[in-house]
Amino acid sequence: MSLTHTVSSRNAKTTAPLAINGLSVAYQKKPVLRNVSFEVKEGELVGVIGPNGAGKSTLMKAALGLIPSLGGEVLVYGKPYKQQRQMIGYVPQRESVDWDFPTNALDVVLMGRYGHLGWFRRPGAKDKAIALECLNKVGMADYAGRQISQLSGGQQQRVFLARALAQDAKLYFMDEPFAGVDAATEKAIITLLQELKKQGKTVIVVHHDLATVQDYFDSVLLLNVELQAYGPTAETFTQEQLQRTYGGRLAFLDRSLQHPSFSGGKGE
Amino acid sequence: MTMQTIWSMLADPNMQWIFIGCTLLGLSSGVIGCFSYLRKQSLMGDTLAHAALPGICIAFMLTGVKSIGLFLIGAGVAGVVATFGIGYITRHSKLKQDAAMGIVLSGFFGLGIVLLTLIQHGDYGNQSGLDKFLFGQAASMIASDVITMTIVCALLITVCTLLFKQFKIISFDPGFARGIGYPVAFLEQLLMLLVVVAVVAGIQAVGVVLVAALLITPAVSARYWTDRLGLMVVLSGLFGAASGAVGTWISASVSNLPTGPVTVLAATLLFGISILFGPQRGLIAKRLMRQRVKERFIRENEPRIHEQVKKEAAL
Amino acid sequence: MSDFWILLTGALVASCCGVLGVFLVLRKMAMIGDAISHSVMPGIVVAFLLSGSRDSLLMMFAALICGLLTTFLIQMFQQSGIQADASIGVVFTALFAIGVVLVSLYARQVHLDQDAILYGEIAYVHWNIWEVGGINMGPKAVWLLGFTLLVILTVIGLFYKQFKLCAFDPALAAAIGIPVAVFHYLLMGLVSMATVSSFESVGAILVVGLLIIPASTAYLLTDQLGVMIGLSIAVGIASTFLGYGAAVLLDASIAGCMVCAASLLFVAAFLFSPSHGIVIKKLRLRQLAR
Repeated sequence: MSLTHTVSSRNAKTTAPLAINGLSVAYQKKPVLRNVSFEVKEGELVGVIGPNGAGKSTLMKAALGLIPSLGGEVLVYGKPYKQQRQMIGYVPQRESVDWDFPTNALDVVLMGRYGHLGWFRRPGAKDKAIALECLNKVGMADYAGRQISQLSGGQQQRVFLARALAQDAKLYFMDEPFAGVDAATEKAIITLLQELKKQGKTVIVVHHDLATVQDYFDSVLLLNVELQAYGPTAETFTQEQLQRTYGGRLAFLDRSLQHPSFSGGKGE
Repeated sequence: MTMQTIWSMLADPNMQWIFIGCTLLGLSSGVIGCFSYLRKQSLMGDTLAHAALPGICIAFMLTGVKSIGLFLIGAGVAGVVATFGIGYITRHSKLKQDAAMGIVLSGFFGLGIVLLTLIQHGDYGNQSGLDKFLFGQAASMIASDVITMTIVCALLITVCTLLFKQFKIISFDPGFARGIGYPVAFLEQLLMLLVVVAVVAGIQAVGVVLVAALLITPAVSARYWTDRLGLMVVLSGLFGAASGAVGTWISASVSNLPTGPVTVLAATLLFGISILFGPQRGLIAKRLMRQRVKERFIRENEPRIHEQVKKEAAL
Repeated sequence: MSDFWILLTGALVASCCGVLGVFLVLRKMAMIGDAISHSVMPGIVVAFLLSGSRDSLLMMFAALICGLLTTFLIQMFQQSGIQADASIGVVFTALFAIGVVLVSLYARQVHLDQDAILYGEIAYVHWNIWEVGGINMGPKAVWLLGFTLLVILTVIGLFYKQFKLCAFDPALAAAIGIPVAVFHYLLMGLVSMATVSSFESVGAILVVGLLIIPASTAYLLTDQLGVMIGLSIAVGIASTFLGYGAAVLLDASIAGCMVCAASLLFVAAFLFSPSHGIVIKKLRLRQLAR
């Protein structure tokens, strides 16, 4: 078919960490994502922004192959996603798991190593050392043995991040890591993101808080079922684009964008 | 194995009563089941049915009488204890609703089996037929049982009709109901009590193990045909009544065939028809719709792809 | 000697159920376990009609198919928009009804009465002996359950990390390439196997008690998955021993007493578990208040 041929021949040249082409997803009748295409550059921190129900989490899940898509293609470093699983780290929303599960923080981080272990091997001493180091990086080493339900929301989020680090990936997907966390955790996460960036890793983050976008991300991807805009934050995160994405529902935005510290943000 | 015609069966006056009783039972369970379904408590009926067994056994052991009225009381008390137990476990431990239901269901049922064997081994005199409760045997019901059952079912339907509006709101939005001043906790308890009553009334005809199906299956089937609660309740009642009628008829005409399973299979057949042919939600309707969405998607994207090809060719 | 065999059978049932129950409880699928324990009925009856024996591999196979069919139907109805618990209810009642109808229709040919299905016949396991070349190898049920336990332990042992991750975070499991659906069906297949090999001893319906109650008890006692599995088995075995003792004393259903014993142990853990018991928690609060 001409579709697949064109797309793959076009992308055969690209080795971008993530190239998405014509991705569409529908639940029942309603399209949730329509024809989304973009390419992420290596070593970038990308914020995915859009109103509720815009398909931000869906984009992430479809890219990871967790939900079926109507059509489109996802390439990770130039190859189909399925061949590149070990290059990808994933931080799901914190509410997606049952924190009463009988396990401790270190054990959750160890789960990040499972992708590298193959079918039958159990995590060994080396994996444990890596997991402990990852916990240390997010400032949670003291809580390694703590049952996960006894951690605070922010601490749970940091355990999830440590688990993603343990995956030792090159491309990270994070679904709202900043949702409902305390200031200390927010700071820990942002330090971590910067460090990942320094190591040349690519991170894609679904984000809600518009006020922090300009400080945190190199690029933004504005999404509302269709891709609205994608590019460097300074050029793309403008009032005009946001109005288009959020469709007038964003009255407070005018004020925040006019705020001196805000409009004089990073770009200048 | 000869199958009587339904008319020759109905010539027997005793059978007439049983037939009417089971049809009414199906009707009222179908009606109540709608509210359980919408409140996402479908398996509560199953749990209550299993929990009713020890209640029935204790009622029998205390009085030595086999009467549906007494059993109603015994099962009602056991049902209330069981619902309280489930609520207590989920509130005060990390166990979730499903595990709590499983624990209460099997715990009570285990106790019921123990009591049942005690009754069988002990000298409780007229115990024959108590084990019929497990699978239901409508034909073994006596006239007074049927009359009690009929009255109970009529009562259930009346309450549901009178309080339709209230039940509708607490099923849809309990918070709002509380806001406009409804006694939500009371109404919820009442609905639970009605479920208990429907279950106990159904046990003799359908059996402990399968009575839940009368609450669940007609309601789920009805949901496939309509988006309006009023119509759903009516349809569910009709489906239940039809299943009850067919179940009694077939089981009365084939020797050794308990009523419960046949009734459940009749209800399941209706469910199968609904899930296949229901408008909008049915599997066939959905398959067609998905096909259309996909076709439209391809049609919309075709020009874009051609453009892309051209562009690339130009490069 | 019969006591020994009954207790051994009970302990094997408890071990099979204990291991699988942990995963059912953690995946919030306790009621699916309940559904499977009912819906293997038609498989059991059909296999019995075909082979004329109760402990054939054919029966195991038929039950496996029924269990997987149940899982598949529940999943399908759920995806088509029916609430989870309603789809469970519809599926298991329908399959169980088919089973009961089959038993009723062929009651004369089949020495498989409804009592056996409900209560099980653990008291008679030692009558049904497996003989090889005239040598008494012990009760068939013990061999069957032993085989089932071996299969369960092998599968769970080999794929422990997969089962664990699928239970805790299926999204991550899918993202790193673990076939989540395969492990879902594998678990349900094991539950069907455990149900069918236990049904002869404790009855198809009470199996669910031994699946869910000991695992829930263990859940309240520990915060580690490995320990939870061990405790679940221990609680299950303790229940069979206590239950058997009570049944002998009261002259009542052995399987029923075992489930009652399991329930009592659960209540004890619910009240007095050192980490989660509500009495202990209250005492601790009182101490803090002082």
